[in-house]
Amino acid sequence: MKKSTFLAALLMSLMFILAACSGSGGSAEEDSASGSSDESADAGSEGESSEGSGDLSGEIVGDGSSTVFPIMEIINEEFNAEHSMAAEIGVSGTGGGFERFTEGETHFNNASREISEEEVSLLEENGIDYTEFLVGTDGLTVAVSQDNDFVDSLTFDELYTIYSGEADSWSDVREDFPDEPITAYGPDQSHGTHDFFVETVMNDEDIDAQLIQDTNQVVSSVTQDTSSIGFFGYSFYLENQDSLKAVPVQGPDNEEAIEPTDETVQDYSYPLSRPLFVYANNESLNNNEAFRTFMEFTLENAAAATEESGYVALPEEDYQEQIDQLP
Amino acid sequence: MQLVDKDQVSKSLGGRLIRNNIMKFLFLLCTLVGLVVLVTLIVDTVLDGWNYLTWDFLTSFSSSRPENAGVYGAIIGSIWLMAVTAPVSIILSVGTAMYLEEYAPENRLTDFIKINISNLAGVPSVVFGLLGLTIFVRQLALGNSVLAAGLTLSLMILPVIVVSSQEAIRSVPSTVREASVGMGATKWQTVSRIILPAAIPGIITGIILALSRAIGETAPLVVLGVPVSLLVTPNSALDTFQALPMQIYNWVKMPQEEFQYLTAAGIIILLIILFLMNSVAIYIRNKFSKRY
Repeated sequence: MKKSTFLAALLMSLMFILAACSGSGGSAEEDSASGSSDESADAGSEGESSEGSGDLSGEIVGDGSSTVFPIMEIINEEFNAEHSMAAEIGVSGTGGGFERFTEGETHFNNASREISEEEVSLLEENGIDYTEFLVGTDGLTVAVSQDNDFVDSLTFDELYTIYSGEADSWSDVREDFPDEPITAYGPDQSHGTHDFFVETVMNDEDIDAQLIQDTNQVVSSVTQDTSSIGFFGYSFYLENQDSLKAVPVQGPDNEEAIEPTDETVQDYSYPLSRPLFVYANNESLNNNEAFRTFMEFTLENAAAATEESGYVALPEEDYQEQIDQLP
Repeated sequence: MQLVDKDQVSKSLGGRLIRNNIMKFLFLLCTLVGLVVLVTLIVDTVLDGWNYLTWDFLTSFSSSRPENAGVYGAIIGSIWLMAVTAPVSIILSVGTAMYLEEYAPENRLTDFIKINISNLAGVPSVVFGLLGLTIFVRQLALGNSVLAAGLTLSLMILPVIVVSSQEAIRSVPSTVREASVGMGATKWQTVSRIILPAAIPGIITGIILALSRAIGETAPLVVLGVPVSLLVTPNSALDTFQALPMQIYNWVKMPQEEFQYLTAAGIIILLIILFLMNSVAIYIRNKFSKRY
């Protein structure tokens, strides 16, 4: 068994060397051609052979946002319990996932932002039809330490002042705030949360603050320093409510500052609410029994899974509506 | 005539002894810095993760519910990965080293190749991930399988093993080599029965370093699209798989506090696998080593 694996491996490595030697000439064309033929081969063969354990034929492959991932992992577990088969779900991030989705390598892509125009045109180029599903809502939460007693609300302009690096102390943000040095934290560029903040609050300008890769470190930095401020996904706030204070935020369309709660996030009155998406490949929805069942199952169970993962579910009827709209 | 000027010696002896002691202390300090960091890291991790190291943790698949989460799929996946990476990388790189040291003509081209192999060791692992994605995953249509990932990691650690193997082969005394040829042995007999056994300790040291790096590598696997949620284990090298470092990396990012402890537990498991793997390598080294 192991020997044959090993022999196969050796063989493949020889093939690689051959491919490398011959490939330098007309590579681009070959690339796309072999790419598309692989997919059809994949869909055909693996549907019949490998996944013999479940009661459905076909396989389910997804990738994408790490924000949406916990929701889908919970759904995947439930799906496995019911149908004794499961999807394979990666966490390449929204953008990385779309790269695979536009190549037709995945059946669905989790996204913490809407699909970009570039990605849409790539899909059109490759002749892939897709459907956008909403699975839940996240409220990007701006928070300060529980011990901070002066920040009771912030407007988008004030947030801009803080995160553009213009403010050195809190009194620069609003005159009646004390003259304490301000330290701003946030997740770094690898997070959709960062991009969303830049888009909505910063008018696409760069953030000048302490950007940290691990969101848990953002949370603990804010907790430990009373004159600091940070932002992160709603679930991180829910898990740390004892030590954090969510700051009500006033957007350009709001009359007053709004606190992030399940209700305000769900009805989008909280200005930093953002939708969580799953994009599905239409052809797979129609031809792949397992995947279609999986997407139906996802929409049926998304409400519970979303809340369990620390996000806010959509109104119940919205899920039913999306099930009815399945192509 | 006096061979040793006793006055001179006793004058400078004190200073030399002090200098010697200072250097000894400095070197000890260097060793301790690394050691202290390592021990702190291990103790901290073990304290965090110990209580979460249960039988359930070892036999459950990954989950976004901390109470159900386990590393079963990830352990099996990582073992599969090593089962592909280890033989491929060892054979290719020991072969390369053998060719470069024993057979290759000494010219500019060989020098150029040698320099580039050393340079390759410094290429970031993400770049190897992109290479694997283009060649193995897409062009050879292996998908995000154990085989594709194993070959990618093999390429990544190739230079480390090649360089250390070259060094090991070069350190075999030329007298032994000449004696073998003098006894009428062919080139192949000399290489296979004399040089290779003599070089094995050095080669295996390289292999240990390289495989330790491969088993903890996350970045190239993320690029290859290796899944994090997958509730089956691979049946063959052509199936997709989970990997322990990716599982750990995913848990670090979760908001729930329990996942921080599960992360620590995952790291302990990774360290144990690493330890077992290296023990086997050291056993082999001691068994085959033949020093001249």
